[in-house]
Amino acid sequence: MSDYSSIIEQLPYEPPFLFVDQLHDVNENGVSGVYTFKADEYFYQGHFKDHPVTPGVILTECMAQIGLVCLGIYLNGIEKNSTREMTVGLTESDMQYLQPVYPGETVTVLSEKVYFRFGKLKCKVSMKNGLDSIVCQGTISGMLIPKRSE
Amino acid sequence: MTSEEIYSQLKDIIKIYLPEDVSVSEINSNSHLINELNINSSHLIDVVLDVEDAFDITIKDEELEAMDTVSSAIDVIQTKINHK
Repeated sequence: MSDYSSIIEQLPYEPPFLFVDQLHDVNENGVSGVYTFKADEYFYQGHFKDHPVTPGVILTECMAQIGLVCLGIYLNGIEKNSTREMTVGLTESDMQYLQPVYPGETVTVLSEKVYFRFGKLKCKVSMKNGLDSIVCQGTISGMLIPKRSE
Repeated sequence: MTSEEIYSQLKDIIKIYLPEDVSVSEINSNSHLINELNINSSHLIDVVLDVEDAFDITIKDEELEAMDTVSSAIDVIQTKINHK
């Protein structure tokens, strides 16, 4: 849907640190979206030596971009305040990593809103691989924070 | 509810979110939640949400700033309870 692509356009990221390809569903209570880890992502050069595996921090980032930031834009908190002064900040994460994600894999992120109050969005998130099995899950929270002045 | 009773319940909520280097004994009625008790802004919101549940009240966005110290939070809670 066209309004979903407008959400992606408003994301404050760009390659090589944009980990959202497409959103499947966005509503008041949650979001789902996908990303394919390309075989030549920069971090595979060093993680690990001769054995490329997607780093857990990148999986967390992917879940935060889809699960928190895309949902936050939809919930209007970010869009409305997306001026030069404010940006998004990850404030809490509690994650379990269950399976490795290899180069070329497509993952689906599901995010369910726990609450969106006082500018803080907290979500239960999970990531599934192409076999529909959970690779990581947990809770993450983010807030709008003032940008560091130049 | 007396302000002592509110203070006691509020203290039980605050202590959940204290960072490791701040002990419960450091909480007093004049404590500033962020500057003195080192509660981060993300956890401050959790404190307020727990306060809403514990006292069965609703805090509005603009009232959050008025809850910067333990005593001012007690005032906000007291006013809300009285107007229920």
